[in-house]
Amino acid sequence: MSSEARTEALTSQVSTADTVKRYSVWIATAAILTSLPAILSSGTALTTMSLMGIMIVFSLSYNMLLGQTGLLSFGHAVYYGLGGFFTVHAMNGFGGKALAIPLPLIPFVGGVTGLMFGIIFGSVSTRRAGTSFAMITLGLGELVASASPILPTFFGGEEGISTNRTTLPAFFGLRFGSQLETYYLIAAWCFVCAALMFAFTRTPLGRMSMAVRINPERTEFNGYSAAMVRFFVFCVSSFFAGVAGSLAAVNFELMTVASISARQSGTVLLMTFVGGVEHFIGPILGAILVVFLQSFLSDLTDAWMLYFGLLFVAVVVFAPGGLAGLIMLHAPLVRRSRLHRIIPYYAVMLLPIALGLVGAAGLVGMARILWANNSNATVHFLGVECHAGNPLAWGAAVLLMFAGLWLGRLWASRVSKVFVLLGHEPPKQVGR
Amino acid sequence: MLQLAILSTLNGILYGMLLFLLASGLTLIFSVMGVLNFAHASFYMLGAYLGFQISQLAGFWVALVAAPLLVGGLGAAIERWGLRAVHKRGHGAELLFTFGLAIVIEELVQMVWGKLPVDYRVPAALNFHAFEVLGITYPAFRVFMLLMALGIFLLLFFVLTRSRLGLIIRAALTHPEMVSMLGHDVPKVFMLVFGAGCGLAGLAGVVAGPLLVTQPSMANTLGPILFVVVVFGGLGSVPGAFIASLTIGLVQTFAVSIDYSLGDALAGIGVGRPTDGVLRDIYSVPVAQVGPLIPYLILVLVLIFRPTGLMGARET
Amino acid sequence: MIALSLRSVSKNFGATQIISDLSLDVRAGERHAIIGPNGAGKSTLFNLISGRFQASQGRITLLGQDIAGLKPFQINRRGLSRSFQVTNFYSNLSVFDNLVCGFLWHAGYRYSFWHNMRRLDDVNQRTELVMREIGLAHRRDDEAGTLSYAEQRSLEIGITIAGGADVVMLDEPTAGMSRIETAHFVAMIRKISTGRTLIMVEHDMGVVFELADRISVLVHGQIIATDTPDNIRKNKAVQEAYLGRAVDTEDGDE
Repeated sequence: MSSEARTEALTSQVSTADTVKRYSVWIATAAILTSLPAILSSGTALTTMSLMGIMIVFSLSYNMLLGQTGLLSFGHAVYYGLGGFFTVHAMNGFGGKALAIPLPLIPFVGGVTGLMFGIIFGSVSTRRAGTSFAMITLGLGELVASASPILPTFFGGEEGISTNRTTLPAFFGLRFGSQLETYYLIAAWCFVCAALMFAFTRTPLGRMSMAVRINPERTEFNGYSAAMVRFFVFCVSSFFAGVAGSLAAVNFELMTVASISARQSGTVLLMTFVGGVEHFIGPILGAILVVFLQSFLSDLTDAWMLYFGLLFVAVVVFAPGGLAGLIMLHAPLVRRSRLHRIIPYYAVMLLPIALGLVGAAGLVGMARILWANNSNATVHFLGVECHAGNPLAWGAAVLLMFAGLWLGRLWASRVSKVFVLLGHEPPKQVGR
Repeated sequence: MLQLAILSTLNGILYGMLLFLLASGLTLIFSVMGVLNFAHASFYMLGAYLGFQISQLAGFWVALVAAPLLVGGLGAAIERWGLRAVHKRGHGAELLFTFGLAIVIEELVQMVWGKLPVDYRVPAALNFHAFEVLGITYPAFRVFMLLMALGIFLLLFFVLTRSRLGLIIRAALTHPEMVSMLGHDVPKVFMLVFGAGCGLAGLAGVVAGPLLVTQPSMANTLGPILFVVVVFGGLGSVPGAFIASLTIGLVQTFAVSIDYSLGDALAGIGVGRPTDGVLRDIYSVPVAQVGPLIPYLILVLVLIFRPTGLMGARET
Repeated sequence: MIALSLRSVSKNFGATQIISDLSLDVRAGERHAIIGPNGAGKSTLFNLISGRFQASQGRITLLGQDIAGLKPFQINRRGLSRSFQVTNFYSNLSVFDNLVCGFLWHAGYRYSFWHNMRRLDDVNQRTELVMREIGLAHRRDDEAGTLSYAEQRSLEIGITIAGGADVVMLDEPTAGMSRIETAHFVAMIRKISTGRTLIMVEHDMGVVFELADRISVLVHGQIIATDTPDNIRKNKAVQEAYLGRAVDTEDGDE
């Protein structure tokens, strides 16, 4: 989180107009969340948006560890999954009668579960930071995942544990049978959790967690135990991860061991990092992007996970601030009202990118068909039929890809020069 | 019973040596460069698949030499053009890079060779029984693996203790900054160490492929155990990795062969068995199923109580 | 009253003895300087007192409480605060936020996640005061990493005194500063150390003789003299340690 560069009144008296202005983003978000189903009303859209809501809470909870406190965890899915499992069991009445809690309050079950395990596991994980912490979370994650075949009553083995959200008592007449109602439930919880996690960054613990990330030694000499700060943040983060798990349980009415797996932990790391760890909005963007790509790409191609991996590596190497970081790079331009001047340059950049992507996708497509021992098969690519074994086709694809890369590099250096100019030159001196 | 014990011991040592082949590379990379190579098991997998492919074309013995070289070369190239760019941003960024790399490698392997296991067979030349002990026969290929791993261990030992390069590497194991300040070409050493480490992993893959199943998930099943071995043995310690590998190899192999459960043990002293629920699960699980948990338990306990591991010189 | 007391404190790293059998009493409210040639062990002594290192032997008492073996944050909570020779603050945070981090624990907010930082009037007001005292009010919202060297050293002192510690330890506060900056710093240090106990490691003799009530000379891990500045100047053993020989006439400042 960048430092607060705001000159604030020393006392806390604010006018109503100020309050509205400060919360305008939140009010707008609430409005958007409420009206989305009216715009995108198909079943798929609602399911996707519900999943996005769940993942937003999950990623935001993860970024409390990674972006705020500098803790890289490889086992965060444990709290998500366990929260979900306790929830389905609670909804099923733990084998007895169904619980008498209305559905909207159910996510608390997941939250408390996450908190509980966060306290237990966090007490041993947070003594050290860095690679040591990463290793312990990996070990704990694998430990829990390996324990799942041993406890089929709790984890349900291959089929998992299923439940029915309509069996719970009605909430003002609502039984949440439809996806629309479930969406609103998730959206409400997502909004509240995001607001709470944002508020957390403005509290002493939230502030000191950032200090611990930047300079843990200094915090010790300011009276804080860095390990305790990490522990408390870990607990809060696990609470929200558990809430996300609960929402998933409610949404899918099914919980499987995939939710505590290393793959799930890897996914939330991917989402959060690609979205951007240095800004609060980063994980939100990352969750939306990844869920969107997952549903969109998996229809197009089988190799979508490969593209994710490549995207992740590209972000690590070239854009460690993630999507949010890239967007915020434009802040100086926005402040100087010069954003529109860089847009033509970006537009031109689309050409080499398109060339490169076409070439790469062609290569990948042909390679896949070829390796499936079908060298006589043809690939339909952009309306043109190419023979998968045809060297000309390969040559063309390679040419396109390298042309894209080369042109892209040339143009990119030009764009970055203009970018720096626009961002830092005083208003009057930039030539027209 | 004795038969089982002997077989398990042999297999446990074998598994342990396999782990050591991998762990030695990983611990070298970690200790010299500070990078925890998340993709180490992926290079192992690449070695297995390349070994399979090359042995289809030119036979196993060619594959034995060519595949590790290819994998090592790839590792060196990745270090030079990928990892190095991230190096200056700290260990967290390097860890993330290798994490992404692991995903990419696994997906590429799946894309090229498919999701099902490939038919990587023991070469005909080694497909016989080496010896017989108490009625059990032991395959020659396994003996070959054992000898190969031992050979590598000795080679590593001599390189590390007798050569100049080995001296530099050993110094870097415990004092990496000092080594660079003494004027050694650290980037080149890094590239060499990373490449060699990956090459070792590839070699392990070529040899283990016919034994364990060669499939895309092999990296994910072995990967976490590797980290356990490295942390357990201690950083900066190749001998530590050796002891840890053997220990975990033996423990896991023996655990898998024990069919007793807690319930069996307690029934022996007259305690009744619960009929359902989570307690029943705990009571009736055989030790064999608890086997996979043990390494992770060790990892967590080591990191809590003895972060330097068995023989480590540095903390993680 | 004695604010800080060391009794037979030793520290060795393996076979190397850095501090041997050191005893020292710092009186409450005094300004006490520790001087000595390079390698005498001054930084190690600071690290021992503030908890960064554990003493191999001996007792350290702060305001009557035994602090040997405690962790840095425990010692800080008992009223001792230190600055670092190499600036050690939160480089990505603003000047204001840096200082606030120094205040939070001692203002009683601890691990609270229910207070809004913006509404902590007491903390914010005290931070503004300290900011003015160290002369950085005009750089309030600038990132600490972008400050000039002297400004960074000022911020370092600010973070050190923010918590309101009774015993303040400054490790070479004026290192690397120009004449003018040093003079300005001395005035600031004098102001902020009123009503507190100040222990200072310094190389600049001008600063030492201007500020210190008493001086201790540390040579090869042992204190060879503790006295008023005038007496230290005349002390033969001190002269030998610094100059290699005793001097007959007064030499004045270095």
